[in-house]
Amino acid sequence: MVEITDVVCPLCGCVCDDIVVEVEDNRVTKVRGACAVGKSKLMGHGRIKSPAIRVNGALKECSYDEAIKKAAEILAGARRPLLYGWSSTVCEATKLGVCLAEEIGAVIDNTASVCHGPSVLAIQDVGLPSCTLGEVKNRASLIIYWGANPTAAHGNHMKRYSYIAKGYFLPGGKKDKKLVVVDVRETKTAKMADKFIQVEPGKDYLVLSALRAVLYGHEDVVPDNVGGVSKEDILEVANMMKEAPFGIIFFGMGVTQSRGRHNNIINAIQVTRAAHTHTKFNIMPMRGHYNVTGFNQVCTWETGFPFAVDLSRGFAWYNPGETSSTDLLIRRECDAALIIASDPGAHFPGESIKHLSKIPVIQIDPFANPTTEFADVVIPTAVSGVEAEGSVYRMDGIPLRLRKLVDTDYLSDEEVIQAILEEVRAIKSKEGE
Amino acid sequence: MVEELLIKNGVVYDPINGVKGEKKDICIRNGKIVEEVKNPKVIDAGGRVVMPGGVDIHAHIAGGKVNSGRLFRPEDGRKGLKAKTKLCRPESGYSVPNTFAVGYRYARMGYTFVMEPAMPPLAARHTHEELVDIPILDNAALPLIDNNWMTLEYVKSGDIDLLAAYIAWIIKATKGYGVKVVNPGGTEAWAWAKNCDLNDAVPYFDVTPADIVKGLAEANERFEMPHSIHVHGNMLGHPGNYEVTLKTYDLVKGITPYRDRPVLHSTHTQFFSYGGTTWRDFESKARAIADYVNANEHVSIDLGSVILGDTTTMTADGPMEYSLYQITGRKWTNHDVELETGSGITPFMYSGKVGVHTIQWAIGLELALLTRDPWKIALTSDHPNAGPFIGYPILISMLMSKKRRDESAEEMHSSIFDRTELPSIDREYDFYEIAIITRAMTARTLGLHEHGKGHLGVGADGDVAIYDISPEERDAGKIQKAFLNAKYTIKGGEIVVKDGEVVSTPEGRTFFVTPECDPKLTDEMMTKLKEMFTNYYSVSFANYPVQDAYVPNPYEIRAPWRS
Repeated sequence: MVEITDVVCPLCGCVCDDIVVEVEDNRVTKVRGACAVGKSKLMGHGRIKSPAIRVNGALKECSYDEAIKKAAEILAGARRPLLYGWSSTVCEATKLGVCLAEEIGAVIDNTASVCHGPSVLAIQDVGLPSCTLGEVKNRASLIIYWGANPTAAHGNHMKRYSYIAKGYFLPGGKKDKKLVVVDVRETKTAKMADKFIQVEPGKDYLVLSALRAVLYGHEDVVPDNVGGVSKEDILEVANMMKEAPFGIIFFGMGVTQSRGRHNNIINAIQVTRAAHTHTKFNIMPMRGHYNVTGFNQVCTWETGFPFAVDLSRGFAWYNPGETSSTDLLIRRECDAALIIASDPGAHFPGESIKHLSKIPVIQIDPFANPTTEFADVVIPTAVSGVEAEGSVYRMDGIPLRLRKLVDTDYLSDEEVIQAILEEVRAIKSKEGE
Repeated sequence: MVEELLIKNGVVYDPINGVKGEKKDICIRNGKIVEEVKNPKVIDAGGRVVMPGGVDIHAHIAGGKVNSGRLFRPEDGRKGLKAKTKLCRPESGYSVPNTFAVGYRYARMGYTFVMEPAMPPLAARHTHEELVDIPILDNAALPLIDNNWMTLEYVKSGDIDLLAAYIAWIIKATKGYGVKVVNPGGTEAWAWAKNCDLNDAVPYFDVTPADIVKGLAEANERFEMPHSIHVHGNMLGHPGNYEVTLKTYDLVKGITPYRDRPVLHSTHTQFFSYGGTTWRDFESKARAIADYVNANEHVSIDLGSVILGDTTTMTADGPMEYSLYQITGRKWTNHDVELETGSGITPFMYSGKVGVHTIQWAIGLELALLTRDPWKIALTSDHPNAGPFIGYPILISMLMSKKRRDESAEEMHSSIFDRTELPSIDREYDFYEIAIITRAMTARTLGLHEHGKGHLGVGADGDVAIYDISPEERDAGKIQKAFLNAKYTIKGGEIVVKDGEVVSTPEGRTFFVTPECDPKLTDEMMTKLKEMFTNYYSVSFANYPVQDAYVPNPYEIRAPWRS
C-alpha cells in the first residue's frame, strides 16, 4: 500500500488539494478528506470499456486507432463542426482543442455556455471585484450564498474556504462569521444560515435592486415587499454588508440560469460595488466542474475570448447567442460535434439535443452518460487527476496541477486530441495534394 | 549541422560594446555571435540600422491579470483580429493581445526578450502557462514579494537574513527572476479597502512601506542577484506624488549593490512624477525626478510613457485601480490574492484633448529628455497601462524628433505649454541612444548582458534587428514605420521576421534566478512558512511550487549568497 498526500481532487470548482489517498495494486482503495462526490470519483466507478463506433444503430467495439481515424474523418469533412465540453479535463487538452478548432474552422465552446456563461457576459459589462478563496477564509466575516447550495454541490467549500474555515483574522471560524443565504427554497445550506432570505422564483433581480438602492442610501424608494422579501429583511442584510469589514457574495446557477440571467449577475456585481463604498466587498461565481475556469482561461489567452469562439473565418469570432453551442444546434447549423468531458445529452435544451442526435457525434470521456446514447464514435480516456496529470484552475482562478495516482491503459484526453489533430492534418494535407 | 549567418553592410549600434553606428559585419554560428563564419547564409543589410534584439524591461504580457483584462474586454479583442496563416496562429486584441499576437508583434518590432513584471506567486503557474504560449520571445517574470505576510513579518522583526531566505525560496518556487514591489503595504491595506502612504503603518502588521522597501533592497543584495529590486512605489497616479517618489529613492541610497548596478529600479516613473495637490493644479515634476536621477547612481528608471488612445490599465496596486474606476465609472475588476498581493483592472482612454492626460503624456517624454545619461533610462509604456507596446515606435519617433513633438503639442491641450516644460526641450535622441534605452540599458539593468542579451559581442545570443532605415534619416514618420516592422528580426541565429512578416516561430526560453541561501537560515524560515501554509493559505505547501513541466525551455541563473 502506498499513501499519497496532497492529492488534488478532480471533481468540482473547489479543487481541494489536501486529499490523502491510499493505493494498492494500482487501485485507489481509500480516500480521506474529500467530500462524498469527490471520493466516489477518486475511487473510480463504471468506465467505458473500449473505443467504439456506431454501426447500424449499435455501438461496436474497435481499436483506438480505428476510432481516432473515424473521428478525424468526420471532423475533417465537416463544414460547421462544434468542439464542446472541456470542463472536466486538463488545460493541456484544451490547448490542443484550440489547435484542432483552428485547423478545421470549428466553433469551440465549453459548459460555461449553459452554466456561468451569463456571469462572463456580466463581467464583460461591469467587471468583477473578487479575490482568492484564502482571502475569504482569512478575512470574510460575512458570507452570502445566493442561488447556490454548497452543501450539495461543493461539499468542502464552507469547511475549506468560507463559513466554517478558521482564518488569520477570524480564528474562531464560524463563531466569528455570519452566513446569509438567499434562495427560492430552504436548502440544507439555508438551514445553517444566520439569516435566510427566501425569494420568489425569478425575482432575484428585484431583490438585488432593492439591496443596491439601500446601499446607495435610497431606502425610501424600496417598497414594503420585494420579490417576496420584506423591507426589514432587506435593510437587515444591507446593514450586515455595511458593517462587515470584509464580505463576499458567492452566487450559483440559481441566479445565472433563472429569469434575468446575466442581468441578475450585473445587478449582483453592482450590489458588490455599492457595498464597496462602505467596506470591502467581493463577489465570486461558484464554478461547477473542476476545470470549467481553466477552459475559459486557456481559450481567452489563446483566442482572446473565453467561450463560444468561432474559428471558421480563420480568426476568432466571439458572439454568444450566435456562436454558443445551444444556439448553433437549435439553428441546426452544426453538421458534426466533438463532445469531450461533459454531457450535453443530459444538460442541453431538448431542441439542441434533437439536432445533436441527428449529426455525427464523437464522444471523448472516461464515463458513459446520456450523450453516449447517441454518440457515433466513443473514445474512452484516462481519468484526469487519477490516471493522468495536468493543469487546472480553481473557481477563483488559482492554477493547480492534478496528480497521477495510478497507471492505466487508457489514453489521456491530451493524447486522444493530439492523435485526432495529427490525423486531421494528414487528411487535409492529402486533400491539399 | 552548423548553421551560419552573416549580416553584411549594416550600420551597427551596439552600445554595450561601444559600437556607435559603425559599418560592421555580424557573424552568427549555432545561434551565437562569433568572430567569423565560413559558409554562411548572407543577409545584405544595405546600409540599414542594425541593433541587438530589443529587450523590454517591463510589459504586462502574461498571467491572471492580463487574462482577466482580455476576458472582460471582448471589445478590445476585436480590434486586433488577424486570421491564421500557414505559420501563424490567429491574432486578437490591441491593448490586451492574445499570447500569439504578443510574440508576433514584438518580433516584428525587433524585440527578442520581454520581462513580465508582476507575477502573483500563488498564481505563478498561470503566468508560466501563458509565457510558454508566447512564440519567439525569450522571457522572465518577477514575482510580487512586498505585501507578502512573510515579508511583512520579517521586516517588522528586522530579520533581513530570514527575509533573504524567504525571497530566495519564493523566487525559486515561482521560477521567478527577482524581487517585484507594488504599492508596498498599500496592497495589503487594500484587502480592507484602505491604502498606505510611504510612512503609514500597514493595518495589523505594524510596519511602514518605507521599512518594506528598505528591507527588501537589503535582502536582495544578500545575493548576487542579476537585477535590483524592481519598484512600483506608493501613491502611484496621485497629484503631488513626486515627493514620495524621491523619498523612496532616498531610502536605499546607502545600500551597496553586489555589482555595478543600481539598487532600485523605479518602474513606469511617469506615473510617479506628478506635482500639484489635486487634478486641478496638476503639473509635471519630471524635472525634479530627472535631477535626482542625474545626481545619483543608485536608481534606474523606466518611463511608462503615455501612448494616446484607449487601453486597459492593470496593476497589483488594487487601490489605485479603484480610484481610477471611480474617476471614469467604467468597468472594474479586482482580484486580491491571499497572503501575497492584489490586482485591479479598468479600461482607460488617454486623450490629447484632456489637460491631465496631456501632462501625463509630456512627463514620459520629459523624463527621457531631461535625464542626461540614457544608461539610466528604459523605454516602456508599462504596457498596457500607459498604452500598448505596439506604440513604442511612436515614442521613439517623438524622442528622435523635436519637430514631431512640436507638431503634436500644437494639437493637444494647452496645459502642455504651462504645466510641462516639454515644448522648451530641444534635445533629440539618436539611434545610438535609442539602442541604449531599448536593449543595452535594459539588458544590463536586468543583468542579462552576461547571459547573451542586449549586445552583439562574441558569445552573445544571435538576436539581431535590422531596421529598414538609414542612419541619416530624421523623418519621424519614417522612423516610426521602420521600428514598427523590422526588415529582419533574427532570434538565436534564426530569421523570425523578414520584411515585417513573421517567417518562423521558434519557442522562447524562460530565464529564472536561483538564489542560493544558507541552509540553516532556510530551515529557520521554513518553520514559519509552513505555519502559514497549514493555517492560512488555501493551497497546500506541496502543491505550491511551480513544477518543471511549466518551464519547458528553462535558462537558469544562479545567484550565490554574498559572503
